[in-house]
Amino acid sequence: MATESVGTILTRGLWDENPVMKLLLGLCPALAVTSTALDGLGMGACTTFVLVMSNIVIATLRGFIPSRMRLPCFIVVIASFVTIVDLVMQGFFFSLSKSLGMFIPLIVVNCLILGRAEAFASKNVIWKSAIDGLGMGVGFTLALVGMAIVREVLGNGTVFGVTLFGEAFQPLIVMILPPGAFLTMGYMIAFKMWVDRRRAAS
Amino acid sequence: MSFSQILLMVLGAILVNNVVLARFLGICPYLGVSNKTETAIGMGGAVVFVMTLAVAVTWPLQRFVLEPLGLGYLQTIAFILIIASLVQLVEIVMKKVAKGLFDALGIYLPLITTNCAIFGVALLALTETLPSQNYLIALLYGFASALGFMLALVIFAGLREHLELYDVPEDFKGVPIALITAGILAMGFMGFAGLGG
Repeated sequence: MATESVGTILTRGLWDENPVMKLLLGLCPALAVTSTALDGLGMGACTTFVLVMSNIVIATLRGFIPSRMRLPCFIVVIASFVTIVDLVMQGFFFSLSKSLGMFIPLIVVNCLILGRAEAFASKNVIWKSAIDGLGMGVGFTLALVGMAIVREVLGNGTVFGVTLFGEAFQPLIVMILPPGAFLTMGYMIAFKMWVDRRRAAS
Repeated sequence: MSFSQILLMVLGAILVNNVVLARFLGICPYLGVSNKTETAIGMGGAVVFVMTLAVAVTWPLQRFVLEPLGLGYLQTIAFILIIASLVQLVEIVMKKVAKGLFDALGIYLPLITTNCAIFGVALLALTETLPSQNYLIALLYGFASALGFMLALVIFAGLREHLELYDVPEDFKGVPIALITAGILAMGFMGFAGLGG
């Protein structure tokens, strides 16, 4: 781990180890709140904040947390930041917080955050953990926004609420309904596998 | 609440608003342990047990402790700690009291702590059963949601067992085809949306 450069830590979350498409972590919010691009972006931003902050705190405390009690400790740290996000969202972004609903408190059980705490922040120095959290968070956000854009364009004919097509456009309603989430996610992961296989071959 | 309302709530929790296929809770175990029907049943059983218990504990906690004391903002931290310790407790008690059940559910119990369906349903049980304010109704809701989880998991495991026999395109092998199968299954479940509507 010591040889990894800052650039690798920051960028691997974007594609090679993308939390959603490769590590398959945090799939629940990725499926649930990607019916519009704005929801996806909001969710991504909240998760990134919690991820960076909890990585920083856990890396700071990594010498003090006894290894047998580490999971409850991690969860308390994460839950505290989720509560902060939840209250801030309710105070300043009320409509977004309404549409994300219970998935804001559910960030606490997002396996991506606990996974990074366990796999990275509990073993690395503070600044590296912060960068890791940022990279993974941005990768998560990109996957969410990408997926949300596909679903919003096909299912509603809009992106970030801006109408793209003329009157004749018939939206594929199913794409903004639950089945569309599973289908889009399936095709997205298959697309990543296809690109990776072609890159490996060439 | 009349009997027909209760029946509608139960059917709604199992079929219409299925925890996995409509609310997207517990996707990780849904994809993780759905390779074989037997493991799916084991996991489903463990979830039914813990989810009902989680609602049984968190509901009174919210109603009689957090709300009267004005500590609503502690909900997230309190619930997750309760659920995590509950799982540990269930594991210890079960090991002593019901060895057979423990052996059957064994490995699935620790996995449940990170199952967001448990936490999600604990939150949903508070809002969905709001007008009745009835503890038993909330318990029933938790139990029905868990049954819905188990149903979706077992059906999906059956489908995936069949899927292994087919020639799937290289890039779709594994998770992608499983997700697409889940999508089609979710479409099937949407057919229930007319129930009670």
